[in-house]
Amino acid sequence: MTRMEKRIFKTTWSRYLLNTLATAALITVLMVLVDTKQINKYNQGLLIQIGFNIILAVSLNLSAGFLGQLPLGHAGFMSVGAYTAALFTKGVNLPQSVAFPLGVLVGAFVAFLFGILIGLPALRLKGDYLAIITLGFSEIIRVIIQNLDFTGGAAGLRKIPKYTTVGWTIFWVVVTLFLICTLIKSRHGRAILSIREDEIAAEASGVSTTYYKVTTFALSAAFAGVAGALYAHYMRILDPAYFDFMKSAEILVMVVLGGMGSIIGSVFAATVLTLLPEWLRDLAALPFFTTLPAWVGKVIENRMIIYALILVLVMIFKPSGLFGRYDFSLGKELDRVFRGIRRLLGLDKRSGKPSKGGEN
Amino acid sequence: MSSTVLDVHALGINFAGLQALDEFNIQVKDGEIVGLIGPNGAGKTTVFNLLTNVYRPTRGSITLKEHDTSGLSVHETARSGIARTFQNIRLFKELPVIDNILIALNKPANAGWLETLLRKFGFFRLSTGEGMSYSWLEAMLRLPRYWKEEKLAREKAMQLLSVFHMEDLADAPAGSLPYGAQRRLEILRALATNPRVLLLDEPAAGMNPSETAELLPTLREIRDRFGVAIILIEHDMSLVMNICERIIVLNYGLIIAEGTPEEIRNNPMVIEAYLGQQRGE
Repeated sequence: MTRMEKRIFKTTWSRYLLNTLATAALITVLMVLVDTKQINKYNQGLLIQIGFNIILAVSLNLSAGFLGQLPLGHAGFMSVGAYTAALFTKGVNLPQSVAFPLGVLVGAFVAFLFGILIGLPALRLKGDYLAIITLGFSEIIRVIIQNLDFTGGAAGLRKIPKYTTVGWTIFWVVVTLFLICTLIKSRHGRAILSIREDEIAAEASGVSTTYYKVTTFALSAAFAGVAGALYAHYMRILDPAYFDFMKSAEILVMVVLGGMGSIIGSVFAATVLTLLPEWLRDLAALPFFTTLPAWVGKVIENRMIIYALILVLVMIFKPSGLFGRYDFSLGKELDRVFRGIRRLLGLDKRSGKPSKGGEN
Repeated sequence: MSSTVLDVHALGINFAGLQALDEFNIQVKDGEIVGLIGPNGAGKTTVFNLLTNVYRPTRGSITLKEHDTSGLSVHETARSGIARTFQNIRLFKELPVIDNILIALNKPANAGWLETLLRKFGFFRLSTGEGMSYSWLEAMLRLPRYWKEEKLAREKAMQLLSVFHMEDLADAPAGSLPYGAQRRLEILRALATNPRVLLLDEPAAGMNPSETAELLPTLREIRDRFGVAIILIEHDMSLVMNICERIIVLNYGLIIAEGTPEEIRNNPMVIEAYLGQQRGE
């Protein structure tokens, strides 16, 4: 085997410290920019949208990328979380700082229960069949919401308090990313991955495939519920028609584009696809395009056409998604940079010690 | 000195009218190595699939350490003390070698809320094994038990890898290993569940003669170190004859002979099953 070179961020604690510091720095910069109005109201809204899209994409990745079961009804769970949280905060008489986090948790919990309820029958099926049945269930959820009185019916749920701020969004994004990353690197995460790799072998190794499939599916639903709760308290109006198949497909596109089984891929794709319509609008407004016939600008502005085009191109040139199954580790990347610097300076003496088994 | 770990009585299975196996009896003692041979389609792998509860037997019983394993799910059977390898290697190819072993290193007693609940109502009767048992929350919040158990499990996994001198390969993807190493890793993964009986489905298939020769002392060492009984399906007769204390010959789903290697070698029924009847007799 190749000799491992000297690493600075080798121990687990140094990596945790590094990641915590980096996250804190990022949050501080964003919050300072928001507080000093460097980021205006409109861009703050974009930040919030990026936030819940990241949560949606990463949570779908948990079941599509890591578990290897492709569901098509993520918007359904998002709607469950959104409606539950909205009804909760509207119903209870608590100060915002208590009602909102509690509402998000209640939304996540109810979405989790729905995940179990739908997962138990659905996960007996595989591949296309699973995709179709989950799509069916999410449509059922939507139609039920449309026909209930207390959800506001087809007219939608109105007068939801506006609680979602940039700060809260960042908080929930960080919580989601942390929990999913730690989950993947644990015995439960390995069990989930083993089901993706070889279900028969997983079972023969003592992994209860049904239990892990249902629980992972439900967890994925719970995080979708968190995103739904943020969405509800950002938009202040819930329209059941929003949570249709197109929304589920949009989340799936983010996951597929970023790479199934790559968290950094989902984060990246969610960010880019949220900003894409803005970029396209700016692009269409450029002097060059205004000289062309009007339909060119219309095509460019239509994000669905561009989405499809990007997806087709990625599937042709990199079928596993932009990041494949690569996942980012700040410690490893920094070590690589430092190694490069040492080599450039000619300081690298290649320690003769054989490497120990790498942690994480 | 040694007691019976596995007692199979009158096992039989019917696939839509086809009798794939019938009247299969076997008693395996602690630490015994038993060979299971027979021509293609004789039902050898079917026996393994029945022992691990992949198939439900039409009749007969399987008793492991005085516990009836019938009705257990596949993963429960694996945890109860019967581990297996596969004829065509089934590793978690994209995961590191060490993760392949860690996946099998779970303590059955704390399998999760669903199983714990079912266990309370007496659904699972068997439990052996050691390994990790921290909960989802302990994993996601990185609580102390996570660190403690992960550390112990990693040490245990490295210890297992050292059986085949594969410690250096711990971080390589399992699919990148050479064929022989993949077979060995599969055996280690089976051992990680802490089995009493190890079922090996053609461990020497695809190995070259020197690798096969190495397998012989290793299998004995595994038996001695881990105290497991081994049931072995193998076509390499030199391996079977050398290592097995007892051999069972299957043909068309029935046991046609049972005995020591010497007895099997000279049994006319076995010779007939493999080579066919001699003409003119």
